[in-house]
Amino acid sequence: MTTETLIWLLPLPPLAAFALIVLFTNRSKALSHSIAVAAALLSWLGSMAVFIQAIGVEHLGEHPFHSVLEWLPVGDKPFEIGVLVDPLSAVTLFFVGWTVLMIFIYSVGYHNFGQPAGDHDHPGLPPHGATVHGHTVPSVEPMYSRFFAFIALFAFGMYTLVVSDNLLTLFVGWEIMGLCSYLLIGFWFAKPSARAAAIKAFMTTRVGDVFMLMGVAYLYAATGTLSFREIFFNEEVLKHLAETPALGGFLGFSAAGLIGVLLFIGTIGKSAQWPLHVWLPDAMEGPTPVSAMIHAATMVSAGVYMVIRMFPLLSAGWEEGGPLTPAMTAMAFIGALTALFAATIALAQNDIKRVLAYSTISQLGYMIAALGIGAYVAAAFHLVTHAFFKALLFLGSGSVIHGVEHGVLHTGNHKVDPQDMFNMGGLRKKMPVTFWTFLIGGFALSGFPFVTAGFWSKDEILADAFANNLPVFLVLALSALLTAFYTMRQITLTFLGEPRTKEAAHAQETPWTMTLPLVVLSVFAIGYGWVGIPEGLTGGAIPNWFHEFVAGTLPEHLPVLEFNILPMLFSIVIALTGLGCGYYVYRNVKAGDPDPLQKPLGMVYDWLKNKYYFDQLYDRIFIQPSIWVSEVFTTLWVDRGLIDGILHGVARISYSVGGILRNDFDLPVINQFIGDGSAKVVRSAGFELRKVQTGRIQQYMVAAVVFAVGALAFFLLR
Amino acid sequence: MDFILNNLLSLILFVPVLAAAVLLVLPNEEKTLLRWAALIGSLFPLALSLTLWANFDNSLPGFQFEVWHTWYAALNSSYHLGVDGISLTMVLLTTLLTPIAILASFGITDRVKAYMILFLLLETGMLGVFLSLDLLLFFVFWEIGLVPMYFLINQWGSEKGERELWPGVKVAARTYASFKFMIYTMAGSLGLLLAIQMIGVTVGSYDLPVLFNLWPTIAELKGVGPMGLPIETVKSIAFWAFAIAFAIKVPVWPFHTWLPDAHTEAPTAGSMILAGVLLKLGAYGFLRLVLPLYPVEAQRYSGPLAFLAMMAIIFGAFAAFGQNDFKRLVAYSSVNHMGFVVLGIAAAAYAAGGNDAAIALNGAVLQMFNHGLSAAGMFFLVGVIYERTHTRDLNDFGGLFPLVPVYGGILVFTSMASLGLPGLNGFISEFLVVRGVWGVGVNNWSGFALFTALSMIGLLFTGAYILKGVKKVLHGPINHHWEEHGLKEIGVREILVMTPLIVLIVWIGVWPAWILDVINKAVMALF
Repeated sequence: MTTETLIWLLPLPPLAAFALIVLFTNRSKALSHSIAVAAALLSWLGSMAVFIQAIGVEHLGEHPFHSVLEWLPVGDKPFEIGVLVDPLSAVTLFFVGWTVLMIFIYSVGYHNFGQPAGDHDHPGLPPHGATVHGHTVPSVEPMYSRFFAFIALFAFGMYTLVVSDNLLTLFVGWEIMGLCSYLLIGFWFAKPSARAAAIKAFMTTRVGDVFMLMGVAYLYAATGTLSFREIFFNEEVLKHLAETPALGGFLGFSAAGLIGVLLFIGTIGKSAQWPLHVWLPDAMEGPTPVSAMIHAATMVSAGVYMVIRMFPLLSAGWEEGGPLTPAMTAMAFIGALTALFAATIALAQNDIKRVLAYSTISQLGYMIAALGIGAYVAAAFHLVTHAFFKALLFLGSGSVIHGVEHGVLHTGNHKVDPQDMFNMGGLRKKMPVTFWTFLIGGFALSGFPFVTAGFWSKDEILADAFANNLPVFLVLALSALLTAFYTMRQITLTFLGEPRTKEAAHAQETPWTMTLPLVVLSVFAIGYGWVGIPEGLTGGAIPNWFHEFVAGTLPEHLPVLEFNILPMLFSIVIALTGLGCGYYVYRNVKAGDPDPLQKPLGMVYDWLKNKYYFDQLYDRIFIQPSIWVSEVFTTLWVDRGLIDGILHGVARISYSVGGILRNDFDLPVINQFIGDGSAKVVRSAGFELRKVQTGRIQQYMVAAVVFAVGALAFFLLR
Repeated sequence: MDFILNNLLSLILFVPVLAAAVLLVLPNEEKTLLRWAALIGSLFPLALSLTLWANFDNSLPGFQFEVWHTWYAALNSSYHLGVDGISLTMVLLTTLLTPIAILASFGITDRVKAYMILFLLLETGMLGVFLSLDLLLFFVFWEIGLVPMYFLINQWGSEKGERELWPGVKVAARTYASFKFMIYTMAGSLGLLLAIQMIGVTVGSYDLPVLFNLWPTIAELKGVGPMGLPIETVKSIAFWAFAIAFAIKVPVWPFHTWLPDAHTEAPTAGSMILAGVLLKLGAYGFLRLVLPLYPVEAQRYSGPLAFLAMMAIIFGAFAAFGQNDFKRLVAYSSVNHMGFVVLGIAAAAYAAGGNDAAIALNGAVLQMFNHGLSAAGMFFLVGVIYERTHTRDLNDFGGLFPLVPVYGGILVFTSMASLGLPGLNGFISEFLVVRGVWGVGVNNWSGFALFTALSMIGLLFTGAYILKGVKKVLHGPINHHWEEHGLKEIGVREILVMTPLIVLIVWIGVWPAWILDVINKAVMALF
């Protein structure tokens, strides 16, 4: 089998698993998860094989694995689709393969496989536990098979996106993931909050998607192709796009500029950037493996992957050190803003998953901002490391929740929210594996110096920003400080100190299916950073493999940034300060205490707690008006009132004209005068004539004779 | 076999009538027999049109399988049939959906014979429109299709509800809907008939291939000199007579308000055919008649037409989102989806001959086919739940997913097809339309760019109303009411109805080349 064939096959096992589970095995939990995990394993194996082959190819960027076939025979040139593995997709494939497989395995434990069915469990609600010998134990998810079907379909979407050689099939994978995200956020659809969150996620990302679709259509219209390589490796096309004014120049954009901005809006939706960030925190309604896979490691990363992929177009016309293109300006601004904005909200969240959700938004902002200032490799590097450590953190949080839920089942007090960090504390003793792996993930997120992957990738972004764009650097540095702070707040509240509730005291470590993925991912959360250590630091002793490899994706080789120790010192200080402060502030929180920040921050704390009131604002200015436009304006006023009103008016006029014709013309003139009139004449004539009809034969005879004689006389005498 | 191949189109056209005649002599009370006879009778045209598809030579330009007989010698009108890629696609759609609709009607118990006969006659009427290559014949079939549908709505429509026409005057909803449908279409046909006659008298023929050559370039009006108007004016008026007749049928905003009424009140299978095929007659009219007969006028008025299409896309979506009646929601979705068809046609008229126009038309024709599949599926699924609950009010549902998981899965799937999810059929066609129209817009910098951009609002709200339907029916807290009433899961027959639709939805979504190739050749030949 050639590598190209293997790449074509990569997305298929999960798709087959989806079909098999939905059509045949949905009644058997064991069979369903076996099929799903086996499919993930197959795709993982394939990905690793492809990855190993890819890193063995010299100048992979110039000679990628690439294969196409005709898909849409339209117009004068058929539209081709294909698969492509170049350095960027190779590294993406690597982290996607690992995280997807780990999360599939984790899901088995998370959904309590092997446990009895719940006493009162109902499809559409999270399991509530089953009674065995008088003890309440966790119960298995009632829709266990369905969950695996959905995540398998999701994995298909993600693999499709990664191996696509063109924007259209990338979009196909993009949207299939969107659907799965909707289905999985709303997995427990009987909860009104989950149902609302699912719709919110789908609709908010769809706002971005319709813009992106226009960008795709525009690019296709302008170049006649959507293939990455045909566009990026053709200088004339890029030059042409950068110089043609878009829409007759009416917005002042070049074609490349407008397409870039449109595509980037797709990313704003998918990667939950401000101002379309509102859906991601609510998406935490979904089961935790979903949050880890879709809303941390893969789908939201896909938004960033897409803009990294499209970078040659987004930066068309830009020269190192020159003014940024419109798309890059937008990315730098929105990315930096989001990084800071989401980090501030994360400070005031008590839900363990919501903190991570905001942190994800913030970290994605980092990558976008990095790309906006032209730090291509740094953005890709952070994309990979973040996928590992954020998946780890989410899975860790799921493990924590699971552990505390165990405590809740033990005490029977269902009022205790197992996701509220203020109900936890001291879990390090009860859940050691979860604690240590979470610590690794948290430190990677904070950028703990030297040992963690997050440090190296974040440092590369900061170094690039320091060299190229000081405002962006300052914003990102401040966000990094906040990140370290809220991460330590989370770790302290959850694992350190003493248990603040009985439930936390009775928490229990989770089964191996859940802890194994944590361990595997924490290996990457540490080790993956070492492939991208700046050569300037080590004097070239350790090669910066990541930079060399990924930079080869671009047609023009990016220069390696001159090493500067200053931003690295900055990021060390920032990370340590943030972590230290976080521990110091939260080390002594007792049960029932308010957040120590609540008092000093005052009003600001309320703003943060309520996420700057964006949900309320959007409800007021978008959602309520659209409901009004739909239900009242369109349905009642325009359709029923105006259009049907006109129709009914015409009907009424016809009806009245008809009435007038009938009552004032038909009835008196036709019916009475002509109709009835003639009838009357006939009738009275008949009445008179009737007198002749006497019935006496003699009289008839007389009449006949008289008539005969008369007739004879008439003819004879004529 | 030779006989079949030589008379393929006539057979496809009249086998349904034959089947109807057979039904006529079957006993009234043998309902099962009648149902099966109708189903089998409608499977013959399907088999024949598959034969047609298999024997259609895609490499040849122009019409194939032509049949020509003198029909109305005094007027020089003939029985002329023929297919190209566009009509072939529509014939396949019609012959596919009719048996499906008949199978979906197995639950009908009231006057089964009459019902089934009307359905078969309806099929002939619709097929006649797609197959005709004679303007007068086209018109005859155009009108024939109305009659059975009128009776289907009027007699077998929903029994509840009434509409107030104006204060004091109320009529039963199905009476209202059937009248509105009938009179609205007839009103449009009036201008169409006049314009057809004018063309026929001027050119001296109703034969379409002849007209395609002569009418667009005709310089003077022989025989008819209406009030000494210049020829451009006369042609423009005739163009609008055609356009409005077809716009009503599609329907294009603001001629669309008959549709939610008719679709909602019609029996389930009636709605399936109405949305699946009848609406396509209008779009087909644009493609088959308006574009070739009025290239100049179509280009001149493409802007207004595109504007109306855009309004249909936007306000169709808004209106669908604003409904609380499940069937009405689905009905309005047709306005939204058919808007893309007309938008594509308008853009193609504007930039006739270009690659963008070809892509837009590809999208438009494929969208006609795709909407036929997904709309029929959606209406059927609404019917399934209505049959069990006797309500269409979305607020009566909610939380049904655990009760009817298979139905729920199929509903989510079909909804996603309707939404245009990539990987399913609707995406391909909508993308091609958007791509084509946007290309016409940006490559010529015309208003079409703006129309496309604003249509995106409609695309966004497509998501909103689809999710509203899923949310209100399937999701939400456990529904104890229907749990106690023992809501029945979707049955085998009902799954069988959905199966061909589901297969095609996926097939076209994943590998559309088999159908696009046929459409593309025809579209390229259109210019």
